[in-house]
Parts: sequence; structure tokens; C-alpha cells
Amino acid sequence: MTDVLSSREDTHELLRFATAGSVDDGKSTLIGRLLFDSKSLFDDQWDAVEAVSAGRGDEYTDLALLTDGLRSEREQGITIDVAYRYFSTPERKFIIADTPGHIQYTRNMVTGASTADLALILVDARKGLVEQSRRHAFLCSLLRVPHMVLCVNKMDLVDYDEAVFKQIENEFKAFATKLEVPDLTVIPISALKGDNVVNRSENMPWFQGPSLLHHLEKVHIASDRNLVDVRFPVQHVIRPHSSDNHDYRGYAGQIASGVMKPGDEVMVLPSGFTSRIASIETADGPLDEAFPPLSVTVRLEDELDVSRGDMLCRPGNQPRVSQDIEAMVCWMDEARPLRLRGKYAIKHTTSDARAVVKDVQYQLDVNTLHRDESASELKLNEIGRVTLRTTKPLLCDDYRRNRATGGFIIIDESDNRTVGAGIIV
Amino acid sequence: MSDYRISHIAALEAEAIFIFREVAATCQRPVLLFSGGKDSIVMLHLAQKAFAPAPVPFPVMHVDTGQNFAEVIDYRDRRVAETGVQLIVASVQDAIDRGMVTEPPDGTRNRIQTPVLLEAAEKYQFDALFGGARRDEEKARAKERVFSFRDDFGQWDPKNQRPELWNLYNGRVHPGEQIRVFPLSNWTELDVWRYIGSESIPLPEVYFASEREVVDRGGMLYAVNEFIQPREGETVFKETVRYRTVGDANLTAGVRSEARTIEEIIAEVESTRITERGATRGDDKTSEAAMEDRKREGYF
Repeated sequence: MTDVLSSREDTHELLRFATAGSVDDGKSTLIGRLLFDSKSLFDDQWDAVEAVSAGRGDEYTDLALLTDGLRSEREQGITIDVAYRYFSTPERKFIIADTPGHIQYTRNMVTGASTADLALILVDARKGLVEQSRRHAFLCSLLRVPHMVLCVNKMDLVDYDEAVFKQIENEFKAFATKLEVPDLTVIPISALKGDNVVNRSENMPWFQGPSLLHHLEKVHIASDRNLVDVRFPVQHVIRPHSSDNHDYRGYAGQIASGVMKPGDEVMVLPSGFTSRIASIETADGPLDEAFPPLSVTVRLEDELDVSRGDMLCRPGNQPRVSQDIEAMVCWMDEARPLRLRGKYAIKHTTSDARAVVKDVQYQLDVNTLHRDESASELKLNEIGRVTLRTTKPLLCDDYRRNRATGGFIIIDESDNRTVGAGIIV
Repeated sequence: MSDYRISHIAALEAEAIFIFREVAATCQRPVLLFSGGKDSIVMLHLAQKAFAPAPVPFPVMHVDTGQNFAEVIDYRDRRVAETGVQLIVASVQDAIDRGMVTEPPDGTRNRIQTPVLLEAAEKYQFDALFGGARRDEEKARAKERVFSFRDDFGQWDPKNQRPELWNLYNGRVHPGEQIRVFPLSNWTELDVWRYIGSESIPLPEVYFASEREVVDRGGMLYAVNEFIQPREGETVFKETVRYRTVGDANLTAGVRSEARTIEEIIAEVESTRITERGATRGDDKTSEAAMEDRKREGYF
């Protein structure tokens, strides 16, 4: 609209990050601190928290109360579900997926990590790495979160001792070499006192790295997207049925990966027919090129039979077309375990299918990474490698290459609940 | 030409359009809740963009308490005529007259909207209802999914929500159950205003500052209108106010403001220190868990 508006918008990039930590690591306090120090908190929110804190006789205002929203959470002092928080700085807009740390909620951690650009893991400086820190790091690497930050919290309680920090840092880095962690940053902080959260701490002159917020603002995320493999899952076919647009037929969808341009030769899967892109349209007009995560409407030069669940790609760079799927599955259902020969619905890109579990190869202990090959089922929060046979071919890539075409969800057909998440390997 | 980066507003728009299309492609009978408030105005705008050049492929519904700002109803009817969508009005007054709900003694109809909404959803067999709620509005909302499952009674169970991974939304329901869909989940108040500005979306006049006759109730400024009459001991005075949110005319307070354009509103929102619900909504002040309780009952 005005120059002011457009120039301000251009500087605002979106960064989604997931936080994880054990119950007492101070995660809610850290988020409260980020919101507070970046001036993203409103006075009435602060007043409400201050009043509750004072009423409970807390010695200081409990920033955790800002994020724990449900009655049972406030009563029990825990976080029971993924909560989403928003704040922005002149550099970026941030979406925080705040996930609980206790063991029974691994599914929430996986949920939060699935869309995250960055994972923030907290450990208590007094306790060092615990089972949960390792589990969180493993889950984030499994979900291919491109950037990881380890915050060693409560440094104020160890006299801001560099040796304590170094030991935890080294131990974590040694563990991370066993995982796939493309980018790791370790920062000593005190969420309670604010050290190295927004501003560099004066209490830890030995630390030369950035404050947490500075890192969140600057970490380079533009190259995380896959701009190489063109994958356009057709979501909806637009046919206006009006006299003005009598022959209009457009394929609506969000670009999963790659860059598309008018004139590009494309192949429609699973049919295998080829055509060229006639135009890439939006309500604001046609585009010269389109890339993730834009939602567009693609028109082809030829009249082909294309429907929801089909995928456009380049003839020389196609996804796998397969009914036999190897996947790491995280089970999320309390009621019933994943069972050998169990039948489920699955949703993958814009495609729905049914699947039968042909094999449970092993269950993975997420703390030790030990594989239990005797397992024949997966219970709530368990992760294992599974072979599925689907009723129709999936158009998929390895998750490690493409998060958008490598992930799927598993749905219980009797009650429609989402019971599992799968990562194609 | 580009480094393939887009602004966060463009990313939020792409996400919302994806959500609209996903519902249209997978649900049987969606409907968009449209009150003429700014969030629902943005929703209708996004729905138009999602399906262009085809028309919006579902109707809009207004759960009408009868306690509206006249400008907002005018706007609603004008927008509906322009877009050509079908408007369904579920009338709370009508439900009171039929004895389906009882008007609370204090005359506020916010809470009795819920049974009227659920009745209409059942009557028209809607299986997906789009709402304009945002997660930044309130703590209970912060934990709600984009596709939020409601049982036969329209109830939300915060402890039993479907996990939501990647952009794989699960909109499957049995007959009688519904999904509430929130395409603006990840937007903040400021994002909504910036989007309204960058898309030049027209709004009802109440959103812009003008001089109104008001009364002060507990620090909140209520404009004198059909539904708000000065009580004994209250003085009516003139103040330049605008509305940050538009709910029922008897519940929504204005804020002191000189912002008469979208740009001025954005500048104000950027520097404000009070949440929009805190500043303007008498209905949310009841208790720390007011919203959670209403959502459990089937409220949006």
C-alpha cells in the first residue's frame, strides 16, 4: 500500500522454532523472558501474571504463568500441550511451538518439531545432560530440524562458571555427532535473570557468542528449503463454471519444493503424462516463478486428467512412486498400539490412502538408540521402523531430502483420530 | 530476480489459502463464520483469493445476537452482495422467542450464541466451520489446533486434541461431529492490520476513530447507543474513540484514539501496551479461565 508498509514487511522473515526441555529446566520462564524483554508482552497480560504470582506467594513474578494456559496446567504447574506463541523484533517474526518435556508427551515434541526451522533445547546447568535432553536432540534430528540451539540454563545457580558450561557443551557435542545435526549453537543463559537471552551477559565475559535472541534473529534459514526438486501436490481443481471462464481449469496447491516457471516441462504423477506450465496464477496476478511456501494455481498447456492427490514434477527429477513404504513411525495413540497387520488410513501430501503394517522391524529406544528387534508393536510415544503396504502408490521422497513429501500421518479409521506420524526412509 | 524469500505476511497468506483449499477439497459442507468483524473480513478476503477466479465454494453464516453495531450489519450485507456468497443468519433473538435459549438477566447474549451456533450447524449439517480466531488472542486459544475437532455436542477437549504435524491436517469426522478451522491461527493482531493495509481491504467505519458520546465503566469507554444507555450516576461525555475489536454493541468498548486511517491504526497497534481483548471486551474479564470454559461448551 505505502512504501513504509512494504519496506517494513520485506525485512520481516518468519522463523518457526520449537522449544523443549524437562519439567524444571525453565522453558516457560525462558519464553516469558523472550516475550518480556523483546517488549512483546502486553501490560494486561503482565498484570494478570503478577497478580497470580503474588497470590501464590512467589518470591518473583513467575514468567511461566504467561504460557501455561489451561486450568489443569496452572493447577499442576505443568504444560500439557503444544502452545503457540508469537513475537517479533525489527528483524523477524517468530512462532514458538512450546512443547512439554515430560516423557509421556513425546508426541507433542514431534508435532512441534515437524514444522520448526530451529529447535531450542534447554538443560539445567546444575544437572547437565539428562535422558530427556538426549531424547529431544534425537527427535529433532529425526524430524530434520535444520538448526539446533542448546541453552545451558540457570547459569546464575552455578556462579556463571565457564567450566560447568564447557563440560555440558562438550558432552552434548559428542552426543550430537551420533545424530544428524547440521547446525548446532550452544549458549549459556539464565532465563530467570535474563543473562544472554536478549542482551549479552556481563556475568559471563568468557562467552564470546551471541545472545539467544541475536542468534534467532540472524541464523540463516533461507537455504533450508529444498529449491531443487520440483514437487507440486495438487490440492484442489479450480473450475469456475462461469461464462467468462468457461474453459478454465487450474490446479491449486502449495509448492512443496523446487522452483516452477511458466514454460517448464512438467510430468503429472501417477499418470506419467507430460505437459508444459502455461501460467502460474494467483488472485493478485500471474507469477514469473513460484517457490515454497507459495500457494498458487498452475495451468497446463494440455488438457490432462489431473485431480487432487496427483503431483506435478519435472520429467528428469521424479519422486518415488511406491506402495511399499519404509518409515520411522512415532506412535501417538494412548488407546491402542500400532500392530503388525493393523490397517490404517494415511494422509501424505494431499493424498489419502489406506495402509497395512507388513512388518515392525524394530523399536528404537530414544534414550540409548538401542534397537529392539523383537518388538511387534509400537505403544504411545514409541518410535520404530515399520514397513507399510499402501492401497495406492505414494508419490514420495526420503524425508531427509524433502520434509514436505517425506512425512505422513496415520489415522485410526474407526474414530478418525491421528494416531501416528511417519517419516519415509 | 529474487532470492526466493517472502515476507512473513506473504507466508501467512499462503498458509491460510492452503487451509481454505484443504477444507474445500476434503470436507462435505464447510461454512465461514462471518460477523463483519475485521478478522472475519480478512477471512472472506482470503477465501476469495484461494478460489479465484471461481467463487467462494461455501456459504457464510452470521450468528446474530441482534445487538450489533448498525454500521457493521450494513457492511456485512454490502460485502455479501459484492462477493455473491450465500449468507445464512442464525438469529439469537429468534432462538429466545422460540424458547430455545433464555436471555441472561444482564442482557448479554454472548454465551447463548453457542447453542444457536450448534443448532444451525446441525440444521445445515455443516462439518467444517471456519472461524477467525487467532492464537495470540488468549491463552486457551494458544493451545488450539488449526483443525480443531468438536464432538457431537460441539465440545472442545483440550487434553484430547489431534496431533497436528507438518501441513497434514486431519479433517475427518463422523456425521454430527465438526471441525472448527482457524486459518488465521498464526496471525497476530498486528499481522491482521498490516494485511488489511497492504491488501486495501475496506472496513466498517467503527474501526476508525471518530467522536462519540461515551460512558466510562470500570475504565472502559462504551459508546452510547441503542444497547448502552447511561446508568444512574454515569455521565455521558464526548471522546474520540475507535474499536479494536467488534463484538456485541453492548459489550464492546472503544479505545481513545486519533487513528483515522489504516496506517495510523497500524502505528498505534505497534506501540500499544494492552491486548485487544483486554482493552475492549467486557466478556473476557470474568475469570482467568473464561475463554477455556466457553470453548469447552462449543464457543468459537
